Amino acid sequence: MSQFDIYQRQYQSVEILELNGELDAHTAPVLEQHITQLIENEKYKIVVNFSSLDYISSAGLGVFMAYIEDLRERGGDIKLTNMKENVFNVFDLLGFPTLYDILDEESQAISRFNNPTT
Amino acid sequence: MNVTASTSNLQSVRDFVAQHAYDHGFSDQDTEEIRLAVDEAMTNVIKHAYGYDESKKIYISVGSDTETFWVAIQDTGHAFDISTYKSPDVPERIKQRKKGGVGVYLIKRLMDKVEYSTRNKHNEIKMIKKL
Repeated sequence: MSQFDIYQRQYQSVEILELNGELDAHTAPVLEQHITQLIENEKYKIVVNFSSLDYISSAGLGVFMAYIEDLRERGGDIKLTNMKENVFNVFDLLGFPTLYDILDEESQAISRFNNPTT
Repeated sequence: MNVTASTSNLQSVRDFVAQHAYDHGFSDQDTEEIRLAVDEAMTNVIKHAYGYDESKKIYISVGSDTETFWVAIQDTGHAFDISTYKSPDVPERIKQRKKGGVGVYLIKRLMDKVEYSTRNKHNEIKMIKKL
């Protein structure tokens, strides 16, 4: 069975989700639950740190596809950081780099939320 | 190998196929591409062919020759009609809050050849990658 968990923390007004393990159709509902919970709690600025994520399938990408518009309409965003090469390659195949803010470091994503013009 | 049509079996199946691919001489990147294609194909069977009925079975086989490696995934559920398939418009799907629908596109991008067939109520997707 796929191993996956999420460590959630907060930095100022930004919510950070650290993903660990493998994100597929079995584990994607766990991520979806975290994101819908954040939206319910009116937390619209989300950084997802992928540094400990070893694998992603389209079921994982689907979670980001389904909620990004809702967050952007509310003045927020999901920014994606610290991806391993094999994980980035999947996002890249689907053209995500032009649609999502994908950054090398979590700190860059936080500063972009704090200073949107930079 | 055969497994029940449960998403809890995705990891063991993709690891099984990836190990065979790696042992056959594929690079790390090619092995990752095969791993993902298998996952996407099996997820589609669970979701679309069987409608998440975990009592159903999925059959996985791998084979190779000097130039190619193939993976076949078989089911006995609803057949997928590739002739009606259109490549997804990802920005449009995002606008519509769609949770995916990009698996077949990925499989086609990741593998060199993909064949769908149905015989005697058995559906098969055969995915081929050149060494």
